[in-house]
Amino acid sequence: MKDLYQSQRAMRNMRQAAMQRGVIAILDVGTSKIACLILRFDGPERFRDSDGVGSMAGQSAFRVIGAATTRSRGVRFGEVEAMAETERAIRTAVQAAQKMANVRVDHVIACLGGGMPRSYGLDGQTGVEGTVVTEADIGRVLSACDVPDYGEGREVLHAQPINFALDHRSGMADPRGQIGNELSCDMHMLTVEAATIRNLLHCINRCDLELAGLASSAYASGISALVEDEQELGAACIDMGGGTTSLSIFMRKHMIFADTVRMGGDHVTGDISMGLQVPLAKAERIKTFYGGVIATGMDDREIIDAGGETGDWERDRRSISRAELIGIIRPRVEEILEEVRMRLDAAGFDHLPSQQIVLTGGASQIPGLDGLASRILGHQVRLGRPLRVQGLPQAATGSAFSAAVGLSLFAAHPQDEWWDFDIPAEKYPARSLRRAVRWFKENW
Amino acid sequence: MRPLTSTRRPATPRRDPAPSRWGYRFQRWMLTPALRRLILVGLPVLVVGGALAGWYAKEANRQMVADAIAEARADFQSREEFMVRVMAVDGADDGLVQDIRTVLPVEFPTSSFDLDLEEMRGKVAALPAVADASLRVRPDGVLQVTVEQRQPVAVFRGADGLRLIDAESVLIARIRARADRPDLPLITGDGAREALAEGLTLYDVAGPIRQRMRAVVRMGERRWDVVLDRGQRILLPTETPIRAFERVIALEQAQDLLGRDVSVIDMRNTARPTIRLNEQAVAELRRVNGEEPEAGDE
Repeated sequence: MKDLYQSQRAMRNMRQAAMQRGVIAILDVGTSKIACLILRFDGPERFRDSDGVGSMAGQSAFRVIGAATTRSRGVRFGEVEAMAETERAIRTAVQAAQKMANVRVDHVIACLGGGMPRSYGLDGQTGVEGTVVTEADIGRVLSACDVPDYGEGREVLHAQPINFALDHRSGMADPRGQIGNELSCDMHMLTVEAATIRNLLHCINRCDLELAGLASSAYASGISALVEDEQELGAACIDMGGGTTSLSIFMRKHMIFADTVRMGGDHVTGDISMGLQVPLAKAERIKTFYGGVIATGMDDREIIDAGGETGDWERDRRSISRAELIGIIRPRVEEILEEVRMRLDAAGFDHLPSQQIVLTGGASQIPGLDGLASRILGHQVRLGRPLRVQGLPQAATGSAFSAAVGLSLFAAHPQDEWWDFDIPAEKYPARSLRRAVRWFKENW
Repeated sequence: MRPLTSTRRPATPRRDPAPSRWGYRFQRWMLTPALRRLILVGLPVLVVGGALAGWYAKEANRQMVADAIAEARADFQSREEFMVRVMAVDGADDGLVQDIRTVLPVEFPTSSFDLDLEEMRGKVAALPAVADASLRVRPDGVLQVTVEQRQPVAVFRGADGLRLIDAESVLIARIRARADRPDLPLITGDGAREALAEGLTLYDVAGPIRQRMRAVVRMGERRWDVVLDRGQRILLPTETPIRAFERVIALEQAQDLLGRDVSVIDMRNTARPTIRLNEQAVAELRRVNGEEPEAGDE
């Protein structure tokens, strides 16, 4: 637990340093593409006096000055598989973004799609010292949460306090200054495999960049694709990526659950490739041009050229109807959505007051997906696109970039995590000098 | 699985869009602001500056530059617009014009850039007969010298001859004889120049005896003598000489004092004016008074 505190705090300090310098890079290492955005922080709100434009969800604090995307290599299921390849792909993206921005970036905030995230709900309880709740009480109640045994070789990615209760009153966002006796809190903890983080970290370090923050891609795309009301009332964001489909549930502006299904758009492409016996590149092309999930009578007559490119141009002249193509795509998409449904049920999503579901990510662009999804997941389904941020090029406003955009919002306004509060003095080793210092601080 | 240990490169390597590790580092390095400025600004300045300095280090090249500059300068300065062909002098008589032409030996035509007007003005103004001078080059190529000539108010006789003197006691020019300027009063004596105004006032108040006055003489740098014709002299006091002189004039008008055989009228003691007679007048006076004209008798 101490290591976690230290490494995460070091990342927070790095992020502060990057904000001081004003330039920070966002890196979304996905299975199908690697996106790099470069943000410039111009200080808070330049236009406040002049035209009365408000905070704009905090995005007016930064501006995207460079954006680049490259095809991902060496990544499977959102995890680094071939280090050298991935490193090269990251280098390509970062270099192109730097060239566009014309600045050098040293700090990068990355997000992690794979690594089998697992959610834990924690709660802790402690008595309030004195009459009113202070920051130290919050630190104590957070450290009073009993951490479950999340297994060897896993690491905590997020640990966010999501709810505070004081005596019989629950649902507090900020209990500081309130009067009460018994403070308890709920915390959401997300763990991922340590090896995944290590590999990604190694790749980033090999590119001469320093990691200033790490977030789950499910969390990041939830921040950008869900509107504020949905985050408040309860909604699930399903980010259908290339190799993984990650889902996050938001409630009262906090993520309360995250999980991934290790299937995505690349599997659909693989199915098409196998079913039609065409190369993967061709299958991807057919999918993006003609893909769909609901067949109509019209689709029987729409003939798609599916030449195998085997070199025998005379004989290998196959063609298929679009209905056949849909017949290949649909089962796989249904399978993914069924899997998502299972995860949502396991999380108890159907007990939430509002059950809005937002589909985003590159694979959510298949025509007719919202109809299919509403049949499997429930009625309140919509397709989501990321929030518009200042300076983002048109090419990067699609739903495939919701994780990258969410990560830039996360960079501008990170949520309080466990490690942002001080550990109470009792948790330090008995003879520690820092314990003495803390004791002096608190008593004078 | 692709061969990991293979050292043999394929004949046509796959095109890799990724930059090489060193290429990436180099690009990042070049994006560092200080280095970027150094290379984009510092290096060109250094190269161009070095080349210029190297070229300029050769004596022949330096000479060439100097020559080119001098030639361009001369070309410009000798343009028709800047040429001065004539000198015109205003406000001076012929003698002074001659003097001015002597002190300003300018060879026409010349460029107006070669004329040091301030120095030339100094030279002209240094002439004794010039009160003030101004020089300018008129647009039509004429060097215009405008002088204000000193006006002589008196003739001053010094140890070395006669000179004209103006109201500010500046000696203007030598004249050969008193008869050259009979219209001007004559003033002489040590310290006469310092008290010139008073001396001239004596002439002004002279009235009826103006025609008979030969000169006013400053005596001992403190008082005036008025010298008349026939050797007569009026000795004026140090204080209030004008009043004393007016008294003499009044006496002259009332009693024809100066028409008599008087050699000196001594007004130095204003309470006791004294008259010195000529020798014959003394003898005559004694005879009229019935005294024996004996030698050695009082």
